Amino acid sequence: MSDHAAHEDHAHHHHHGKPDFWTHYVFSQDHKMISKQFLITAIIMGFIGMALSMLFRLQLGWPGESFGILETVLGKWAEGGVLDPNMYLALVTIHGTIIVFMVLTGGLTGTFANLLIPLQVGARDMASGFMNMLSYWFFLASSVIMVGSLFIETGPASAGWTIYPPLSALPEAIPGSGLGMTLWLVSIALFIVSSLLGGINYIVTIINLRTKGMSMDRMPLTMWAIFITAILGLLSFPVLLSAALLLIFDRSFGTSFYLSDIFIGGQALEHTGGSPILYEHLFWFLGHPEVYIILLPALGITSEVISTMSRKPIFGYKAMVLSMLAIAFLSFIVWGHHMFVTGMNPFLGSVFTFTTLLVAIPSAVKVFNYLTTLWKGNIVYSPAMMFAIGMVSTFITGGLTGIILGDSALDINVHDTYFVVAHFHIVMGASAIFGMFAGVYHWFPKMYGKMMNKKMGYAHFWLTVVSVYGVFFPMHFIGLSGVPRRYYSNEAFPLFDALQDINVSISLFAFLGGIAQVIFFVNFFYSIFRGTKATKNPWHSNALEWTTEVNPGHGNWEGPIPTVYRWAYDYSKPGANEDFIPQTVPLKEGEEEVH
Amino acid sequence: MINLLIAIVIVLAILVLAKVARVFELSTELKGENPAEVTEADNKTQSTLFMVMGLAYLVFVVYSFVAWGKHLLPPAASEHGAEIDNLMGISFGIIIPMFFITHLVLIFFAYSYYHRKSRTATFFAHSNKLEMIWTVVPTIVLTTLIIYGLTVWHDVTGPEPDDAMEVELYAKQFDWTARYSGSDNVLGKSGYRLITSENPLGISIEDGASADDKIVRGELHLPVGKPVVFKFHSRDVLHSAYMPHFRLQMNCVPGMTTQFHMVPKTTTKEMRQITGNDEFDYLLLCNKICGGAHYNMQMNIIVESEEDYAAWLADKKTFAESMGAAPVVEVAEAVQTEVLEEGAEEVSVEDGAVVETEETAPAGH
Repeated sequence: MSDHAAHEDHAHHHHHGKPDFWTHYVFSQDHKMISKQFLITAIIMGFIGMALSMLFRLQLGWPGESFGILETVLGKWAEGGVLDPNMYLALVTIHGTIIVFMVLTGGLTGTFANLLIPLQVGARDMASGFMNMLSYWFFLASSVIMVGSLFIETGPASAGWTIYPPLSALPEAIPGSGLGMTLWLVSIALFIVSSLLGGINYIVTIINLRTKGMSMDRMPLTMWAIFITAILGLLSFPVLLSAALLLIFDRSFGTSFYLSDIFIGGQALEHTGGSPILYEHLFWFLGHPEVYIILLPALGITSEVISTMSRKPIFGYKAMVLSMLAIAFLSFIVWGHHMFVTGMNPFLGSVFTFTTLLVAIPSAVKVFNYLTTLWKGNIVYSPAMMFAIGMVSTFITGGLTGIILGDSALDINVHDTYFVVAHFHIVMGASAIFGMFAGVYHWFPKMYGKMMNKKMGYAHFWLTVVSVYGVFFPMHFIGLSGVPRRYYSNEAFPLFDALQDINVSISLFAFLGGIAQVIFFVNFFYSIFRGTKATKNPWHSNALEWTTEVNPGHGNWEGPIPTVYRWAYDYSKPGANEDFIPQTVPLKEGEEEVH
Repeated sequence: MINLLIAIVIVLAILVLAKVARVFELSTELKGENPAEVTEADNKTQSTLFMVMGLAYLVFVVYSFVAWGKHLLPPAASEHGAEIDNLMGISFGIIIPMFFITHLVLIFFAYSYYHRKSRTATFFAHSNKLEMIWTVVPTIVLTTLIIYGLTVWHDVTGPEPDDAMEVELYAKQFDWTARYSGSDNVLGKSGYRLITSENPLGISIEDGASADDKIVRGELHLPVGKPVVFKFHSRDVLHSAYMPHFRLQMNCVPGMTTQFHMVPKTTTKEMRQITGNDEFDYLLLCNKICGGAHYNMQMNIIVESEEDYAAWLADKKTFAESMGAAPVVEVAEAVQTEVLEEGAEEVSVEDGAVVETEETAPAGH
């Protein structure tokens, strides 16, 4: 109770007035509240994205069969309960867009960058609370527009989440390229603004607002991951914005950046001189770094969780930082591996193969360092740790198939097949979402001052990991059998009939995965209100965020900001009384700082 | 009404789950346990589960190779495809053992080192030697793979042999048309502004090279053992010509010609024996999302002896023959008007293709 009173006092002190409902919960400039706003929006968006995939999994598991639920949910897009082919493409498109951008980019980074940066570097708040607030509101607007586009007459964007023109530029080519695509572009433009506002803030805060003693090489790896992610985003998202703007010009103002020599709907179009390949270059110049924008924060969270819960220092701290920097650097010069079969100059293909396969080296270093961190640890299996270990598994499984796809000669035959779907869902989708779950379970006590229920956490983990592999592992085989992705049905090809059983089991595992997420949903909201009260440092962690009160007020620390004397990974250090030494504990006489 | 009921059921289900959770928590609290605190018993149970589930995952992976390996594509039916298959074999030869080794280590560590009060973790923050090993070894392995991969890529994408037969593959929503270059082995020039319903590929009548070109729909025939170079075109959106059995894929891009050459080395007949499937046919699929009927944009490929191929092609009309009756259009404006006049008809044809995809599937099926 005294905690609570102190917190109120503190809030008064900083706000110069009683915070009302609106400034506290809605137009909040407190990084912790903004973080919760991002998280809850992302959870809702995640559910929508996942629900869309369930709808098209019905069609893929049992093509052409009638499902009442489809007609109930989709109305005219599933007359008689059978999904419309155009709507199938729309579902695939919006599923991908929502998960990639709203959940794994905005949601993951928005939640943990906002929550952790000031708390882990020792700052009262972000450099600009106002920009931070704007970042959330642009994100929300973008999410609302994206979901809203599902409800319009001509249907949402349907050209795949990569929206390659001319398909995305011409409403004659597919109905979703009408108003649906306009809304998609508007939504993504707002999303990019949100992402840039956030990113600038993250970088500035990490560079300028570190507390005394918090040198860059004492920062937790989460901070490094988010710092590098923010730089990636800052350099690559503007390129996507320009790609989107040029597409808007082509669609609405008659320019020809991406269009040329097109005869459609019985007419030769006037566009000449453009090239859709230009769009692909611009898109993937963002698109590939985007993969790491999604993955790095998850890797950072996993590093922090694995070290803390193994009661061991993260193995090879410097190598972990260097490998993230190497991955980030390489991510800017590998985009062409998405375009090996576009007819690009074969020499260019060679260069991209070379740089792409190099990514495997820092990735391998990370995996071996994770494994060595576990070695001879004293592992506490909190639900967060379960997901962190699951993430190591998905990162290995999905990462290894990257060696196939990154090789231009091999890509010829697996490009755009289910092999790719398997690869990126495991390495990027599952790894990132596992990292995100690890983060939610781990920092929930910091966000809400409550603990999440561990048994539901375990059930959530095991059901999720089983469904992830049950859904995506078999897709490798479907892909290697030559089945293209984004097919509404394989029934037009008797050669693929033998694979239909696999598709049925994939759909069943997908539904199991959906049920597993309901457990998380219930646990999350239930624990906010009814969870057991958290203690100040429930995981016995060294990092700075656990030195605040259980429910830190606006400003984070009541007294002065703590000073830092050591890195964040002094776990089980010989000579210490306990198996952890918080960063705020000065070095003992004669004690060496290791890292 | 039914919607409302479903919504109510979902809400109730969530409420029930929440209540169950509450009862569960209360009962554990009564027993004096904290429902959030990870106990030594939890650590033991979860570490055992990691062992059981981890091994089950590895067994599942082995099972999937056994159960579904038979569905994988048969050996490549083209010469360059055999090289790609070799590279694929070697790459899998590296990644599969890596997968099993790293997973076994992960499972073993997760199982062995669960928390016990009696144990202390080993403080082991870094080792330059170890890190050097797992930087250098992957570097050597990958360098080898890169060099081998690029050699194959170089062979596959190198210039086509001089005697390669030119064939155009022309993509539009939602079908493929092939154009053989005829006895001169030169494809006549074409342009999208020349497209009419009689001349759907927009081939120039004025270009002498076009006269002997032969346009074929439905089936693509190729002589075995003869190099062929495909020239890919698209008239509307991106498509991708994918021939999985030949390990061949290339995008079809409006405004641009792309190409890929190969030598088919297994006839359809031989492949039917290899696969033990009498109805086997090589496929050309569209592998770039192109619209509603993307999933059914296909063409069968028949590889046969040179004689059979020649006999099949001899039947087909040349471009000059098929356009014979139509007046030669010389003025650009005249072409324009014709395009506009044919517009309406084109639309209806396209619509038909979308709606009746099932029926318009090639006759072979």
